[in-house]
Amino acid sequence: MTVQEIADDTLAVTGTVLIAIAALGLLRLPDAYNRANAVSKAAALGVVCVLLGVLILILTPATAAILGLAIILQLLTTPFGAYAAARAAYRSGAPFSAGTRREDLPPPAARQE
Amino acid sequence: MIVIDVLLVILTAVLAVVIWRLLTGPTDADRVVAVDLAFVVFVAGTALLAVRLRAPSALILVLAATLVGFLATVALAHLLERRSP
Repeated sequence: MTVQEIADDTLAVTGTVLIAIAALGLLRLPDAYNRANAVSKAAALGVVCVLLGVLILILTPATAAILGLAIILQLLTTPFGAYAAARAAYRSGAPFSAGTRREDLPPPAARQE
Repeated sequence: MIVIDVLLVILTAVLAVVIWRLLTGPTDADRVVAVDLAFVVFVAGTALLAVRLRAPSALILVLAATLVGFLATVALAHLLERRSP
């Protein structure tokens, strides 16, 4: 195995394990806010690791441009997507888990009945 | 190549978790989060398949799926927000 293959396999395995951890969080965490947190952090880092591994293995100018743009867009858009999902969950009145201590925002209209 | 095969099997298991959450998620917010993870799995799986099948032209799908995944998450979140409960 060459150094290139070892680096590629390490990055791809790391990324896939991070995505699997995100799936574990989606399966086991108690409410929608915790699940959005797990999915946004772990899955974004995992997919960037996988794309970097693929970029090391197929290193041409065309793939470097495509994958570099994809990595930048993934890093820019994932936090906003998670923010939009969590805000929609709060405004649609998704219930908190039992361990939630305080709620600083005023209750949304969906929860005021 | 055997490493990539194992990784693709792991990603399939992740998709099974996503489908389970889509079917049983207690609120619609959980389903939006599950769709977000499904697009992430699609992006990673397409990139690995491009290596596995030796088809670098398939990498353009990665770029398209990144944009479609972001737009799908934001659109579903807006639908969830605007719908009267």
